[in-house]
Amino acid sequence: MDEPLKLTLFVAGQTPKSLAAIRNLKTICETHLAGKYLIEVIDLKEHPRLAREHNIVAIPTLVRQLPVPIRKIIGDLSDSEKVLIHLKVGSE
Amino acid sequence: MTRAAGIDKSPTGIEGFDELTLGGLPAGRPTLVCGTAGCGKTLFASTFLIHGARDHDEPGLFVTFEERPSDLVANVASLGFGLDDLVARQRIAFEYVQVDPSELAEIGEYDLEALFLRLGAAIDEIGAKRVVLDTIESLFSAFSNPAILRAEIRRLFDWLKDRGMTTVITGERGDGALTRQGLEEYVSDCVILLDHRVQNQVSTRRLRIVKYRGTSHGTNEYPFLIDEDGFSVLPVSALGLDHVVHEERISTGVPDLDAMLSGGGFHRGSSILVSGVAGSGKSSLGASFVNATCAAGERAMYFSFEESASQMVRNMRSIGIDLGRWIDTGALRHVSNRPTFYSLEMHLAVILREIATFRPSLVVIDPISAFGTSGDLTEVQAMLLRVVDFLKANGITGLFTHLSHVQGQIATDGGLSSLMDGWILLLNREANGEFNRELYLLKARGIRHSNQVREFVFDESGIHLLPPFLGEAGALTGSARRAEEARLRREAARHRAVAETMRQDLLQKQAQARAQLDLLQAELAGAAAALERLDADESLNRQQADEDLRIMRESRAGQGAD
Repeated sequence: MDEPLKLTLFVAGQTPKSLAAIRNLKTICETHLAGKYLIEVIDLKEHPRLAREHNIVAIPTLVRQLPVPIRKIIGDLSDSEKVLIHLKVGSE
Repeated sequence: MTRAAGIDKSPTGIEGFDELTLGGLPAGRPTLVCGTAGCGKTLFASTFLIHGARDHDEPGLFVTFEERPSDLVANVASLGFGLDDLVARQRIAFEYVQVDPSELAEIGEYDLEALFLRLGAAIDEIGAKRVVLDTIESLFSAFSNPAILRAEIRRLFDWLKDRGMTTVITGERGDGALTRQGLEEYVSDCVILLDHRVQNQVSTRRLRIVKYRGTSHGTNEYPFLIDEDGFSVLPVSALGLDHVVHEERISTGVPDLDAMLSGGGFHRGSSILVSGVAGSGKSSLGASFVNATCAAGERAMYFSFEESASQMVRNMRSIGIDLGRWIDTGALRHVSNRPTFYSLEMHLAVILREIATFRPSLVVIDPISAFGTSGDLTEVQAMLLRVVDFLKANGITGLFTHLSHVQGQIATDGGLSSLMDGWILLLNREANGEFNRELYLLKARGIRHSNQVREFVFDESGIHLLPPFLGEAGALTGSARRAEEARLRREAARHRAVAETMRQDLLQKQAQARAQLDLLQAELAGAAAALERLDADESLNRQQADEDLRIMRESRAGQGAD
C-alpha cells in the first residue's frame, strides 16, 4: 500500500448521477483511504475528446489509473463496499 | 431512379439496392441491417458510408464496437474503395468504442452520455451526414443492466435522427427475432434482413426488405453477391414484359439455317433454345452464333458450365470456327463455372452481373440443363425466366442449350419452351449402324420457317445443312442417303441407255419410211408421166385418124359423084 490510488472520475455536466458519483467517491475515499488517493474529475461535456482517449462509454465512470492494471467502475458509486472491493483496496 | 414523394433517400451505391428501394435508405433516419454472422452486414454498411463520402459529399462516421478500424480498412481495401484515402482526407472517420467487460464493474446508476459526447464530437469533426453503428449489440455483453442499455439505445437512435444522420445500425440475427436484443423495436423506418443459407452444400446470400416506412418496395428475397466488386443486389424479379421488340434479324452463323428462316436468321433480342441429346452439336451451333455475332462487330458472351474457354476454342477450331481471335480482341467473353460451384441464385447473380458489365448483344448459356443438379425445377425455371426477362429487357439475343436425355424430346426440364421464341431441335439418330445429325426448327415466333428436318454436317469450314433428301421410305441421312443417291444415279443412267436405244430404233424406222415414201413418190411421178404420154398419143392418133378419114373422103369424091 505504498503507492497512492490515482483515480479519475468522468462525468458529463451537472447531472444528478454525476453529482452523486462525485459525492459518493469523496465520502468513500475520505472514510477509507484518507491520504492515500488522488482524485481527478473530468467533465466530458467540456472535454469530449478525452472520452475517446480513455475509451469511456458510460457516465459516470471511475477509472483507477494507478496502480495498474486499469480498472473501471461505472455508476454513481452508491455502494461503498463494492467500490472498495473493485478498487481492491486492502487486498493488494 | 424515381423518388417516392415525401421521403428523402440516401443512395447506398450498392448496385441494385437503390433501384429496389427507389433511391436508397431513408435520409436522416436510422436503418437496421440485420443478419447472421458473416452475411455481409459490415460490408453493406461500409459501402453505404464510402459511397456517401466519395460520391455524394456526405462524410461518414463509422462507429465500430467490434473490429478495430485498421482491420476494417484492411477488409475493404481489397474492394478498391480507397478507404484509407477517404480517412486521410477526413471524409470518413472511425470511432472505435471498445468495451471490455472484464475491466468493468457496475455500481449504481449510469447512462451512456459519454458515447453520445464521443459521437457528437466525431460527427462535428468531419461534418458527418452518415453514421454506421457496427454492431451496437456488443454493448449488451459489456453492460449487465439491459434496462438502462435499452433506454440509452433508444435515446441514441432518436438523437441521431434529431441530428439528421442517415444511420445504418447492424444487428446480429437472433432466435426467432430479427436481432438478438430486439433492436428492430427501436428502428421503425427501415429494416433490412440479410441471409446466408446453405442448401445442398451450396451457399446463397439473400436480402429482404422487411420494412420500409413510406416507400413501396419489393418484398421478395433478392439474391446478392459479395465479390471483388463489393456488394450488389439483383432486383431481377422486378422486370416485366414491357421490353422493346426488334425487327432486325441476326445471323445464326449457318447460312443454310438462315435460309430456313425466311428473312435470314432470328429476330434480335429473341430467346432461342437449342435442345438435343449428347453430341448432337448444341455447343457447336452456339459457337457458330457467337462467331457470326463477333464477325458482325458485336460482342458476345458465352457461359459454359461444361467446358473451359481453352477447351472450347480448341474444339471449335476443328470445325473452322476460330473463337480464340474474338476472345483476344475482346469481342467474346467466355465464362466457365461448374454448376455446383454456386447456388442457383448465385449463378443468376453472376450471369446477370457479367452481362450488365460486358453488355454483349448475344448471350449463350451452355447448357441450362446443368442447373437441374443445383436446385429444384421451379427454382431453375424461375431463374431462367429472370435471365430471359433480363436479356429481353436489354435487347440481347439469348441462346440456351438444353441437353435432352430422350431422342427428339419436345420438352425441357424446366418447362422452358413457352419462354422461348425459337427452338432448334437437334437429333442424333442411329440408322444402319451410324449416327447422323439432324436439325429441325421446332419453333420460330414471328418468322416463316421451313418445316423440314435437315441433315447437318460439320467440316473444317463450319456447319452445313444438306438439302433435304426424301427417299421412298422417308427422309434419309448419312450413308443411307448416299447409297440411295447412288442407286438413283444408276437408275437414271439405265433409263438413259434404254431411251437412247429406243430413239435410235425410231429414227431408223423413220428413215426407212421416208425412203419408201420417196420410192412411191417416184412411181407415182412415173405413172403420171406415162399417163400424160398416153393421153398425148391418144389425141395425136385421133387427129391422124380424122385427117386420114378426110383425105379418104376427098379422094373418093374426086373419083365419082355420090
